[in-house]
Amino acid sequence: MHVGVVVFPGANCDRDVGWALAGCLGWRVTFLWHQDATVPKLDALVLPGGFSYGDYLRCGAIASSAPLLGAVADFAASGGPVLGICNGFQVLTEAGLLPGGLIRNRGLHFICRDQTVQVASCRSPWLRHFAVGHSLTLPIAHGEGCYHIDPPGLRQLEDHDQIALRYLDNPNGSVGHIAGVSNRAGNILGLMPHPERACDQAIGGTDGQALFQGLVNWMGLS
Amino acid sequence: MPCFHATVRVGLRPSVLDPAGEAVCTAAQRLGHGAIQSIRIGKAIEICLDAPDEARARQQLESLSANLLANPVMETWSLELHNQEA
Repeated sequence: MHVGVVVFPGANCDRDVGWALAGCLGWRVTFLWHQDATVPKLDALVLPGGFSYGDYLRCGAIASSAPLLGAVADFAASGGPVLGICNGFQVLTEAGLLPGGLIRNRGLHFICRDQTVQVASCRSPWLRHFAVGHSLTLPIAHGEGCYHIDPPGLRQLEDHDQIALRYLDNPNGSVGHIAGVSNRAGNILGLMPHPERACDQAIGGTDGQALFQGLVNWMGLS
Repeated sequence: MPCFHATVRVGLRPSVLDPAGEAVCTAAQRLGHGAIQSIRIGKAIEICLDAPDEARARQQLESLSANLLANPVMETWSLELHNQEA
């Protein structure tokens, strides 16, 4: 399994994702610089969390126009699995690769804690091996994780089974308790929780590892 | 080529909750400004650009505002094109 991890200036979870995938799962990880316009042959792509470009203007706004995003869009258009975690999720919405947007948490606080989420759809290959309703405990760490979409957009998400994960105890005011959404095709998944921080029993849980391992099983790779 | 000055104002759509604005509104009321009913916080972006004429300056700024400065999912924007220097 060969996965690319995008590196933006200001991202701070790229090495964590690298450790989780290479150190815990034994995947081959290639870091991809934001200014490159092409990506090597990959099985999957991850946009990690952090504060890309200082989150200036809006979270993920400037990163969404980085040269590498064109290559990410091409990889996704060809059916490649893409995962956006936290700021990576924000980048994917800003780039128009995922619907909706992320705004300031309802309670204004930056929230950093373990959070239970429920699989709302297993249509995405990242979640294919979970049953709908399966609970995962994953760390969240965000100030702008309140998912927003207008009512017609929400209906479209529901109609196309694009709501991937919902919070059990909505921490940030997200519409529909949404913690993660996928694109229509399902190969792009964005989520606010950090699965890479739940890959090692030594730091409190391995529910995130199950998410990554599921993709491998689905792809028939090792 | 003339230089144009512009201000682009970006704010959250009226339907989108602005918790920062609500916090400031609460503080304002606590300071005795009881008549204040609501506060919403946006941003003003000052831009200087060179363009052959006002129409083309406006065209560029509108494109920039719609594609980068504001996210139509949760924000609206307005453009003020100010003075022009020779």
